[in-house]
Amino acid sequence: MCLGIPGEIVELLADREDFAMVSVAGVKRVVNIGLLEDEELAAGDWILIHVGFALSKIDEAEAAHSIRMLEGMGQAYTDELIALAQSDLGAER
Amino acid sequence: MRFVDEFRDADKARMLSHRIAELCEPGRQYKFMEVCGGHTHTIYKHGLEDYLPESVRLVHGPGCPVCVLPMGRVDDDIAIAEQHAVIMTTFGDMMRVPGGRGSFFDSNAAGADIRMVYSPLDSLKIARRNPDRRVVFMAIGMETTAPSTAMTVLRAHAEGLTNFSIFCNHVTIIPAIKAILDSPDMRLDGFIGPGHVSTVVGCRPYEYISRDYHKPLVCAGFEPLDILQSVYQLMLQVSEGRCEVENQYARVVPWNGNAKALRVIGEVMELRPFFEWRGLGFISQSALQVREKYAAYDAERIFSVPGVRVADPKACQCGEVLKGVLRPWECKVFGTACTPETPIGTCMVSSEGACAAYYNFGRFTRERVKEATRT
Repeated sequence: MCLGIPGEIVELLADREDFAMVSVAGVKRVVNIGLLEDEELAAGDWILIHVGFALSKIDEAEAAHSIRMLEGMGQAYTDELIALAQSDLGAER
Repeated sequence: MRFVDEFRDADKARMLSHRIAELCEPGRQYKFMEVCGGHTHTIYKHGLEDYLPESVRLVHGPGCPVCVLPMGRVDDDIAIAEQHAVIMTTFGDMMRVPGGRGSFFDSNAAGADIRMVYSPLDSLKIARRNPDRRVVFMAIGMETTAPSTAMTVLRAHAEGLTNFSIFCNHVTIIPAIKAILDSPDMRLDGFIGPGHVSTVVGCRPYEYISRDYHKPLVCAGFEPLDILQSVYQLMLQVSEGRCEVENQYARVVPWNGNAKALRVIGEVMELRPFFEWRGLGFISQSALQVREKYAAYDAERIFSVPGVRVADPKACQCGEVLKGVLRPWECKVFGTACTPETPIGTCMVSSEGACAAYYNFGRFTRERVKEATRT
């Protein structure tokens, strides 16, 4: 719950306000970007995701460091990725 | 220095370690509190205490929201889950947390419909798909997750959903730090400030710590080098007689925080007059509740909630661990009666709890734990 997971924006979803398609650990996920309305976001930008919401925009180097550190965490990171994979925010209804 | 090879830059770590040692005044002891459970995790995983002189000690603070949740609130949540037509949804971290009458897992096994979710938005989806059920999200976390909960309530409101509510257990970190500063049994030289919480609140809310309590605070990142760098910055401030709020994690934490996140929290939630923290007792204005305007989404208003206060088991010393008075292995049941598989206290449940972190990564193997706890 407290882990911030980096993801790379693949596409801002024009038909769904506040949502973007994001690549997280190689898997595409829909993430809410509504908390970053003060930032200019575009495909290729990296964001830090908490419980399905992007909380901050980060640069690529920071994302790489975070991913490496998370991978070193073992089970806690694995659990979070499994939970994220099972979460299906893409299906609105 | 077992984990030295895993470091991004082992030379930098050694250099920081050396510079920290140089700043130590002979005969003086230094004690810094890392507030956030994520930092505790990094410290134990990488054996960072081995890089610090013996006179510099890190103590673990109350920054793990699962750990500070009193048992009575777990019971309250289960009481809601057991009511007619309810689907209770919660983060996976919560499932094994023991309440006075067992955990969510126990309640689920006994027939309550309790489901793990990754995001509050998953709960919303469950509510949309089950219009004849009452879906409750067990909202927990500090300022890191509170904006997500608030955004979800706003979305439910916009959609006109009538079968979704939250059981709000969000806490705020600033009053807890103040409670620790006011505690007579705690003498600290400074704080390693939380990372992710600060992406939301920024660095400004900590300024009272330097201004009124004359203690330095450095907001820190989560890598081993971030923490060593922060300890160095704290030591430098102490040695120069400064007490300021510094931002070591500026690459992620903006000084003013995330304005939108603060705005949505403020729209949906307000401070409770008081809230109980495990180990710290009742702290005034230290938690959030749903505003009257969004009462239709407040499980505490919708359902009957027992609100009974449950004392921790006698053997459990989570309270002392959360205040930094005891170190995890100094607890009487650490590693023996209380393990991550069969936790007695919350600090052993969450992966960011000090006890679980120490148990999983501490240099104490299970055998050595037994040895160390045999007194």
